[in-house]
Amino acid sequence: MADGSPRTDISSDDTDEKNQRFDRGKSTAIVAYDSSDRSKDKTDQKTLRRLAQNREAARKSRLRKKYAYVQQLESSRLKLTQLEQELQRARQQGIFISSSGDQAHSSGGNGAMTFDVEYARWLEEQNRQINELRSAVTAHAGDGELRIIVDGIMAHYDEIFRLKSNAAKNDVFHLLSGMWKTPAERCFMWLGGFRPSELLKLLVNQLEPLTEQQLTGIGNLQQSSQQAEDALSQGMEALQQSLAETLCSGSLGSAGSSGNVANYMGQMAMAMGKLGTLDGFIRQADNLRQQTLQQMNRLLTTRQSARALLAIHDYFSRLRALSSLWLARPRE
Amino acid sequence: MDRVRELASKKAAVIFTKSSCCMCHSIKSLFYELGASPAIHELDHEASGREMEWALRNLGCTPSVPAVFIGGRFIGSAKDVISYHVDGSLKQMLIDAKAIWF
Repeated sequence: MADGSPRTDISSDDTDEKNQRFDRGKSTAIVAYDSSDRSKDKTDQKTLRRLAQNREAARKSRLRKKYAYVQQLESSRLKLTQLEQELQRARQQGIFISSSGDQAHSSGGNGAMTFDVEYARWLEEQNRQINELRSAVTAHAGDGELRIIVDGIMAHYDEIFRLKSNAAKNDVFHLLSGMWKTPAERCFMWLGGFRPSELLKLLVNQLEPLTEQQLTGIGNLQQSSQQAEDALSQGMEALQQSLAETLCSGSLGSAGSSGNVANYMGQMAMAMGKLGTLDGFIRQADNLRQQTLQQMNRLLTTRQSARALLAIHDYFSRLRALSSLWLARPRE
Repeated sequence: MDRVRELASKKAAVIFTKSSCCMCHSIKSLFYELGASPAIHELDHEASGREMEWALRNLGCTPSVPAVFIGGRFIGSAKDVISYHVDGSLKQMLIDAKAIWF
């Protein structure tokens, strides 16, 4: 009997269960009245229809609000993820951000931030030059045109070594830390930059065909850069050893004696002197990088140099892209 | 200067260093790796060390150590040695001065 009354089309929703039950109850109640009163029946029909429409409107309104709330949650979650990434990036750049979220202080001083900005600008320009080179190669440009672009890129490399040399005087630890590079690049870092012998190893396969003379030349270059890298690494180790020894040595004596203080200050002065030689190592490492690139350029034809420079750029681009993916990865 | 020249001409490869200088350690390592046995003179252990350092600076050696001489000729400091090594001329200079044979 309950189902005999006219019912609006209500989808099976949780909230509608209650209403359906209500409907049935109401319908039963209405049907219980005297069905012979036709005019009252007609009014009741209208009323029923109106009530049903009201219910429908209310249901739609509830759904809309629910949907709007979910949307808001989603966009907030997205914003939160973005903010977390920015915070992560800022922290990695050595900017101290206290957990209470007030002002940011630069831990490296102006030198570090200046260099980071200069480096970002340098990368942009390099991207532009590389794109130009890629277009020229794809368009089968002549050697003359390629030479000009290649020379420009080589000169641009000179520029970054110059910038690094200046930065080393200001803040050698920032350069050594590699915080100005992306995480994946930092993984492969040697004395504040890329390892020349590794770079040559990556390139050799992509540069074929090479003449006998070129193969010998590149082989010698690989060996030379490896030897120079080893020599510089050994010097660095000696420096670390020496520094550790300086800081460890101390005379045992009664606390507060003037002799101890003089000793301590003497040790610190010596340690300071040793730290001061660090920038020399970065400078020679960069010198090695620069010389290796130039020698490579000398050994190769213009076209081969173009391919080499594109390959080098692609390699580092991929490392940087890998870093971005890594930083954006979903975490538990 | 005389002392520098005198010492520089006594052996095919001569390097002036300071005992505390770690870059000198690097350049020494490189020479040993190449099979050369350079004569090492530590300025801080030489009687006329200060004058010698002054003389090296006058030759244009910056920093004054390490200062490398091959066949009695002034080659340069660490920067020059690395550059010459990369383009292959260091090895040739050592061969020419008979400091190494290959």
